[in-house]
Amino acid sequence: MDINEALIKYCLRLGDDAMILGHRLSELCSKGPYLEEDIAMTNISLDLFGQTRMMYTTAGEIEGKGRTEDDFAYKRLEPEFQNVLLVEQPNGNFGNTMARQMVFSVFYYYLFKELQSSSNEKLAAFAAKSLKETTYHMRHSCEWIVRLGDGTEESHWKVQDALNEIWSYRHELFEKDEVDETLISAGLIPDTATFKSAFEASVQEVLDRATIEEVEEGWKSTGGRIGHHSEYMGHILPIFQSIPRTYPNSKW
Amino acid sequence: MEDVSRLEAFQAKIDREEKIEPKDWMPDAYRKHLVRQMSQHAHSEVVGMQPEGQWITRAPSLRAKVVLLAKVQDEAGHGLYLYSATESLGISRDELLEQLHTEKAKYSSIFNYATLNWADMGAVGWLVDGAAIVNQVSLQRTSFGPYSRGMVRICKEESFHQRQGYEIVADMALGSPEQKQMAQDALNRMWWPSLMMFGPHDADSPNTGNATKWKIKRETNDELRQKFIDKTIQQATVIGLTVPDPDLNWNKETGHYDFGEIDWSELKEVINGRGPCNKQRLKHHRAAHEEGAWVREAANAYAQKQSDKKKVA
Ligand SMILES: [Fe+2]
Ligand SMILES: [Fe+2]
Repeated sequence: MDINEALIKYCLRLGDDAMILGHRLSELCSKGPYLEEDIAMTNISLDLFGQTRMMYTTAGEIEGKGRTEDDFAYKRLEPEFQNVLLVEQPNGNFGNTMARQMVFSVFYYYLFKELQSSSNEKLAAFAAKSLKETTYHMRHSCEWIVRLGDGTEESHWKVQDALNEIWSYRHELFEKDEVDETLISAGLIPDTATFKSAFEASVQEVLDRATIEEVEEGWKSTGGRIGHHSEYMGHILPIFQSIPRTYPNSKW
Repeated sequence: MEDVSRLEAFQAKIDREEKIEPKDWMPDAYRKHLVRQMSQHAHSEVVGMQPEGQWITRAPSLRAKVVLLAKVQDEAGHGLYLYSATESLGISRDELLEQLHTEKAKYSSIFNYATLNWADMGAVGWLVDGAAIVNQVSLQRTSFGPYSRGMVRICKEESFHQRQGYEIVADMALGSPEQKQMAQDALNRMWWPSLMMFGPHDADSPNTGNATKWKIKRETNDELRQKFIDKTIQQATVIGLTVPDPDLNWNKETGHYDFGEIDWSELKEVINGRGPCNKQRLKHHRAAHEEGAWVREAANAYAQKQSDKKKVA
């Protein structure tokens, strides 16, 4: 695979992950358990949309066909999005939201840590900026998993359920295909296998502090990176893209 | 006797334009008035997140999305700031929320109207934040220190919101025919409710009384409303939108716009809980609060366990 082609795809994948999770969190605006937490979740959503925009813009620049961030966000069809299924999972209760966030943020924390030394300047700068944000998202969600796990009996079982539901959605984050192999061998992106055990150990440490004994393994998620999504995706994009699709002759 | 002299000293301080601080002595009625007004203000910021918040997922561009997200987040921040300022008067946030949920406390009626198309995201910023600014600029000089300082901080963000809102309306008014139609429709629906935000005519305003003497309120409802109308009409004209008031007329002698009579019966209905979205807004807020109860309990339980551990160690 041509390096530029792989780079475009890679940027779009990172952008898609951030966009769909940013969307999920934006659904929670005005629904937080209290005002401070409402603001915190909006903050994470804002950071993720910032990352989305950088990645889509970069993809457009490499591609050189004049496609903008909004072309990627609003004019692609569901199979063209290549985000992991993890980010499509519904917000559920606050425990579900935080468990999903933890898995996502811990993974991206390790990815960005490595990616910031990429020989591609754009990717390196993007990773360095995003690492700061992601470090905060990771701490925030991990602290909540601990508080909920070691809080009341009710919160303990709620977060246990949430973890059982979401934990096996981590697998997809570590998948590799031609896009990844091309960029890994060109030295542009890290091999996720190198930090898989660090990722698992970090989560385990949080689970220990949260007094969670064991998390169930479920279906090993797969499909997002080739555009095979969960049923939830079909309820996200129609809303996300509704205005430009309804008024195709208007500029926004 | 002592109360009389304290009251005189209190009034003298206000007359000297010095701020009253939470630890200062103040008459009960002053405290009560402030708690009512400031908590109403805080609730308005928070309930006001809903009509705009429901459009975030549908924002038509990524830029528009982050602008709106950040705007609604600012409003949450205003709510937070105002709740703490109100708490300095000796009432807890839980009590304030309880008052909201039991409908003892009110919030601005404007948020009981629906936002029906994307141009409303412009109209809300332009008109609703615009009206709020006129009121809040005046409140920067209010006599209670924490409220006054809060307004200084909040006003900066509100003017930003107002400009962003106007930009959305202007772009749409000058855009495609459908966009222009949406912009005009939003103005038609939002105009009169925005004017109602300033409250009844001075002659019919029950809460003014001491508020003026105590310099909580520095300008009257009618004065503020007129300021808002004067500055907004031109902004509408520039972008080719029509303000839905056939009686609108520039009055050379007064140097102000004359305008038609506001439908006060509508305002009364909305204030008394019978507006288009009153039930919906309260239900939404209550539901989020109740759904969050287990989270707040967990956080408290965890904090308690941690402090117990420290004591043992
Ligand atoms: Fe505000
Ligand atoms: Fe505002």
